[in-house]
Amino acid sequence: MSAEVDSEGPAVAAADDAPSLLGKGGHGGVGDAVRAYLQRVRGGDMGPLPAVGGLVVLVVIFAIANPLFLTERNIANLFTQAAPLVTLGMALVFVLLLGEIDLSAGVTFGVAMGVFVKLTQPGGMAWPLALLVALGIGVAVGAFIGFFVARIGVPSFVVSLGLFLGLQGVMLVIIGAGGTYRLIPSPIRAIQNQNLPPWAGWTMLAVVLALLLAVALLDRRRRAASGAPNPPASIMYAKLGVIAALGAFIVFYLNQDRGTAARSLEGVPIVVPLVLLILMVGTYVLDRTRFGRYIYAIGGNTEAARRAGVNVTLVKWSAFVVCSVLAVVAGVFTVSKVGSADAAMGREIVLSGVAAAVVGGVSLFGGRGRLVHAVIGATVIAVITNGMGLLKFSAGANLAVTGGVLVLAATVDALARKRSGATGV
Amino acid sequence: MTQPIVELRQVTKSFGPVDVLKGVDLVAHAGRVTALVGDNGAGKSTLIKGLAGVQPYDGGEVLFDGQAVSLHHPREAARLGIEVVYQDLALCDNLDIVQNMFLGREELASGTFDEGRMEAEAARALQTLSVKTVKSLRQKVASLSGGQRQTVAIARSVVKKATVVILDEPTAALGVAQTAQVLDLVRRLADSGVAVIIISHNLQDVFAVADDISVLYLGTMTARLVAKDTNPADVVGYITGTTRMTEVDA
Ligand SMILES: Nc1ncnc2c1ncn2[C@@H]1O[C@H](COP(=O)(O)OP(=O)(O)OP(=O)(O)O)[C@@H](O)[C@H]1O
Ligand SMILES: [Mg+2]
Repeated sequence: MSAEVDSEGPAVAAADDAPSLLGKGGHGGVGDAVRAYLQRVRGGDMGPLPAVGGLVVLVVIFAIANPLFLTERNIANLFTQAAPLVTLGMALVFVLLLGEIDLSAGVTFGVAMGVFVKLTQPGGMAWPLALLVALGIGVAVGAFIGFFVARIGVPSFVVSLGLFLGLQGVMLVIIGAGGTYRLIPSPIRAIQNQNLPPWAGWTMLAVVLALLLAVALLDRRRRAASGAPNPPASIMYAKLGVIAALGAFIVFYLNQDRGTAARSLEGVPIVVPLVLLILMVGTYVLDRTRFGRYIYAIGGNTEAARRAGVNVTLVKWSAFVVCSVLAVVAGVFTVSKVGSADAAMGREIVLSGVAAAVVGGVSLFGGRGRLVHAVIGATVIAVITNGMGLLKFSAGANLAVTGGVLVLAATVDALARKRSGATGV
Repeated sequence: MTQPIVELRQVTKSFGPVDVLKGVDLVAHAGRVTALVGDNGAGKSTLIKGLAGVQPYDGGEVLFDGQAVSLHHPREAARLGIEVVYQDLALCDNLDIVQNMFLGREELASGTFDEGRMEAEAARALQTLSVKTVKSLRQKVASLSGGQRQTVAIARSVVKKATVVILDEPTAALGVAQTAQVLDLVRRLADSGVAVIIISHNLQDVFAVADDISVLYLGTMTARLVAKDTNPADVVGYITGTTRMTEVDA
């Protein structure tokens, strides 16, 4: 690629009667970009906006209602509580984008973690090997669902419902009813129970920002080289600035000593960079690779994708494998937090995962949504659970509120769409 | 006349005991619009699916630029520059114009999408077709009108060097103004040197845009006419089988 940036672009044969389409649609000044964004929002494409708004409201309410909510210790706790749901939500996005669902994602990680924990009991397998086995179970389950959905054409709802039931049976065989196995390997326990040293937290933030900046700058250079207009640089810097400020605030907060007088406790929980890694790699795949683009295309119009030469079967199949494997990772974060595995592991969480994605703005009809939406949605649900727990509400009240938020989010979305007359995309 | 870019010779296609194409000849010339007309079930879609490589012919010969070629896979058709614009189900509503135009043939640079290049090439394709009705290339297709969507579908076919563009009933769902717009586009496409084959049930559209008219009747080509030397009444006769052509002459 040429480093020379040609602001005029290559020879675009400018037909006299056809003004160039380049440079239109929000690539003008900051004002244009803002207007284009507002128009999208008015057009029903609200994305995670309602969820972000809801999150802010919830945090304010809980902070006022209970001073414990915003303590460093609780915020750190919130991160580790949210990590499994955030990860499971991201896993589900891959199949939700196809317009499919995986109801078995929770019990899949239950089985994988049951096997993992049992294999790593004292005198057992080395944990990295056992982890590979667990991930392999994810691959196998995903391939199994994918086979029936993509090859045979059975609705994913049915296949994964069948697995949801069947794998619970497998769990009972592996763990035994009422049985519990303690999680032994300390590196896995560390994920949710130990923290990065403060300097590493800052390094993590710096690396993330550097990566985002590098990708953004590379994009701009490439676009300029092809003669495509760039959105104003100020918008890019503003976005990065917001992320930097938010990230710095969180790292600073988590780096405060939240321990007791006897034992200091500080730093970003180890799970945070792992979740960030999944988010960034996954977003890269969805936004910038054929596999990701084809997932959106299939979710939007399967037949059009097929005619465009997309291998629909393979893409669907792979998406189910990705979903199940990421679900197993969510399972790793769960056992790390809980410290043990029992036969009921993962049974409850899957619907919360779907709820997380939907609250964040992912469409159940496929084709619309991003990983970060699931992260925001999962955070909303985690904040409700955490905040209501602090306020000593019962688990029942907590579930009721979470359900209410889900319906509210879906309603806001439906109304926005209805008003704009947009189709189900 | 010059050598046709595509020539079908005695192609046949059967579905089980049903002979749908019974030895059909068809030619299409660069820079000309060839209309393919015929009643429902005459075999028009079957004929073009063979050309697209989606549903290979059972027998007969396909000549491309005078050379015999095999068309057994969509990829082989794409390599020759044969593009099909399907009337329905052609675009993904949730993707934008550029993403739709490059679906299945994205430009990559070091492993990731070269969005800038795709955007610039999409703009160029729309410009060569003198498309003025779309506001932004990054608009979601869901927000476009029927005519604009058809425009994008047609532009999609020329974003990669196309030699033959086949349109299956491109105006069937459109109103008067948008039909005119799309026919205009079809004309410009041919004027840019592409061989265009257009399927239509609307003879008014056919006479508005076509240079040549080929009539398919029950799986045989019953007429090959030059549009300016014939009239709708005759064509209707061939379509319904009340008139038989005595001699097919190109
Ligand atoms: N896959 C198939 N299996 C069996 N028969 C088929 C198949 N595809 C087409 N046919 C038959 O072949 C004949 C021609 O169909 P085709 O779709 O080519 O007609 P057409 O000229 O495009 O009609 P229309 O104007 O209605 O689109 C019809 O009788 C149809 O039933
Ligand atoms: Mg047809």
